[in-house]
Amino acid sequence: MTDRVPVLKIGEILLVSIQVDLEDQMVLDLQEDLSNQIVATGAKGVVIDISALEIVDSFVGRMLATNASISRVLGAETIVVGMRPAVAMTLVELGLSLKGVRTALNLERGLKLLRRLSASRG
Amino acid sequence: MTTEGNTQLLVETLVAQRDDFLAQWTSTVGEDLQGRLSKAELGHELSELYEAILGALTASGLDGRGEHFAETRSLLIELSRNRARRGFTSTETARSVFALKEVLEPSLAGDEQGAQAYLQFARLLDDLGLLTTEAYIRTREEIISSQAEQLLELATPVVKLWDGVVGVPLVGTLDSARTQVVMEKLLQTLVDTNSTHAIIDITGVPTVDTQVAQHLLKTVVAARMMGAQCTISGIRPQIAQTIVALGIEFGDIPTNASLSDALRQALKEVALDADDDVRGLL
Amino acid sequence: MNDYGAVSASVETVPVANSSDVVTARQMVRTLAQRTGLSLVHQTKLVTAASELGRNMLIHGGGGVVRATTVADGGRSGIFVEFQDQGPGIPDIELALTDGWTSGNGMGLGLSGAKRLVDEFEIESGSGGTTVRIVKWGR
Repeated sequence: MTDRVPVLKIGEILLVSIQVDLEDQMVLDLQEDLSNQIVATGAKGVVIDISALEIVDSFVGRMLATNASISRVLGAETIVVGMRPAVAMTLVELGLSLKGVRTALNLERGLKLLRRLSASRG
Repeated sequence: MTTEGNTQLLVETLVAQRDDFLAQWTSTVGEDLQGRLSKAELGHELSELYEAILGALTASGLDGRGEHFAETRSLLIELSRNRARRGFTSTETARSVFALKEVLEPSLAGDEQGAQAYLQFARLLDDLGLLTTEAYIRTREEIISSQAEQLLELATPVVKLWDGVVGVPLVGTLDSARTQVVMEKLLQTLVDTNSTHAIIDITGVPTVDTQVAQHLLKTVVAARMMGAQCTISGIRPQIAQTIVALGIEFGDIPTNASLSDALRQALKEVALDADDDVRGLL
Repeated sequence: MNDYGAVSASVETVPVANSSDVVTARQMVRTLAQRTGLSLVHQTKLVTAASELGRNMLIHGGGGVVRATTVADGGRSGIFVEFQDQGPGIPDIELALTDGWTSGNGMGLGLSGAKRLVDEFEIESGSGGTTVRIVKWGR
């Protein structure tokens, strides 16, 4: 039995703050939980805070990309916030660019970006 | 005469004339270093070394690479590091060891057994002297590489241009080690200053080839993944021509001819952000 | 790959049989890298590579052993990590090292990506299993 990463609902937004070193199973669980929650709550946006993550490997990177695509299909925008400089440099070298994933420097800017996106969508 | 006999003779001589030898050794080396090292410090260094050599000789004979000489070797390495850091030459450092030969020569070279023992001891000291040179060079290399690193840091200042906008004026060639440092500093500054825009000005970069373009692209992508926009400015006409002539893919890199254009663009976007602030969070 | 004289004879070993062991292995590598004084970026690259290779070993080799130790060469020091499994081996290493090539459910960046993240990379594979050795230098 592995732990699950909590998905918090704030208004129309789902907030995920990853605080632990992720095991592969947790990554898969999170992906499933998130899509279930988007449907259940009708959330319009998802913010995934990875500022505590010391590494993002291709497995986690793929989850972030897949998640952005899934949530878009379900009518919600995903913003990944707080990626550390060393993590970004490593991902680039690894060959991952997270194309199609919206990003922001920190949680505050992420929420702001979500609001702007929903405003422009009407 | 056996080696054991020679060793015994050496040990006896070194013990009997310890004070004489030490004094002579210290003064020979002292003259060589011309007072750049205090008498007390030198005396302390050499007497420690003398005891270590004597101890090892007594325990195991003349094998300088053996385990009983471990203490002697570590003392010598320490001594060499010290000398290298304080600007002595490698010759001066090695001579600190070789001088002991001169000191011993008159007492041993008198008869045949003594001469034999002396030659064997001289060989040991040669080995130990070489060790100091090795340690000396290693220390100098460390100094050089740490200076190179400092230089790298100095050569890449990341400056805050405006609220939310940081810039790096790049001067000189851009290799992968340098890119690493620039990238790291730039990205960290974005986080520290909560800036969403970065401008890399390459006016001072003499040539842009495929590799430099690759490095720049990596930086742009890394910044984007962190949620910031990175623009390259200062592309001189000749550089633009090379880029096109070489067919370098610059497609994904946002560019501006001049730093002021890039800044104007960035400020426009930062102002849009600020408009949102008025409406509050959530 | 050169035969580096180990600074400390101590080799840290983590057996990998499930995905939580991969986490344990990469944490072990991180601790070692921190102790050796690798910069944060170097640490992150090494640990990410270890994560990729550890997962590869688990998925394709049915698990195995991760060994890591400090190495020195001239004035620099670094971390050596070895991933050894008794799996079926990789039939075409050239192909497996190509970006985007995948036999599992990853993005096909496991081997090729890990190779780019480290300074030295060596792979041996046969019917008796696969061994990957990497070195990341401090500077």
